[in-house]
Amino acid sequence: MNWDLIVFLVLAVVSVASAVGMLTSRNGIYAALFLVMNFMTVALFYLTLGAPFIALSQVTVYAGAIMVLFLFVVMLLGAEKLPPTKTLPYQRVTAYILGGLLLVEVAYWIWRGALTEMISPPPASANLSASIQAMSMTLFQDYLLPFEVTSVLLLVAMIGAIVLTIRQKGGRS
Amino acid sequence: MVPVSYYLAVSGILFTIGAMGVLIRRNALVVFMSVELMLNAGNLAFVAFARMHNTFSGQLFVFFVMTVAAAEVAVGLALIVAIFRTKNSINVDQLSSLKG
Repeated sequence: MNWDLIVFLVLAVVSVASAVGMLTSRNGIYAALFLVMNFMTVALFYLTLGAPFIALSQVTVYAGAIMVLFLFVVMLLGAEKLPPTKTLPYQRVTAYILGGLLLVEVAYWIWRGALTEMISPPPASANLSASIQAMSMTLFQDYLLPFEVTSVLLLVAMIGAIVLTIRQKGGRS
Repeated sequence: MVPVSYYLAVSGILFTIGAMGVLIRRNALVVFMSVELMLNAGNLAFVAFARMHNTFSGQLFVFFVMTVAAAEVAVGLALIVAIFRTKNSINVDQLSSLKG
């Protein structure tokens, strides 16, 4: 039996199950924690694909920073449970139909592509600093301009978040 | 040895679940989390293709997508907090008016 395939299947089941858990849980906190679990399994996928740096930044940036921000806001607003309200009629049915269509379409194109190329997990030596070194060489030589633009984007996001949430004295919001 | 198409299948399933979350859920925060899930599914496909073609460009795009996701979450959550202050609700069904 193929061990790589077994590991892949276990990870796939856990990631899809945690995503469904996020979709169905009533409580916002539980949804956030399910999403953390999903991010962790995706990080393990990255490791099996030979991308250790991306896997670790997935854990720190997504599962760490972004989800902590989400949990902060959920708890700050006390919005983990919304009171039940009248929903639009047929909305749920329409959503299921559209989601099913999307899934069928994705499955069709993956089947058409027929990418049978096999991926085996990289040898342990590939997870050392050599691959990170090669990646950073690509980042700072070929993708230097996008990298700088990203820093400007982060600055704009920071200023935007401060401007949106600041309370002026006497003014509204 | 796992075929590339398996990774793409997992990515497609996760993306569909994220899209369903945007369509079904009423809590604006959970809608946001579903958007994050979709971005993550796209990242998984990027890394799988990068591995298939033995190049680093795919991984670097994932890096940029993560940065954009972080910026988007910061601004989006600030917007949600601002909306909650004025309307006292983050149910997306009740946010239908254009006037504050």
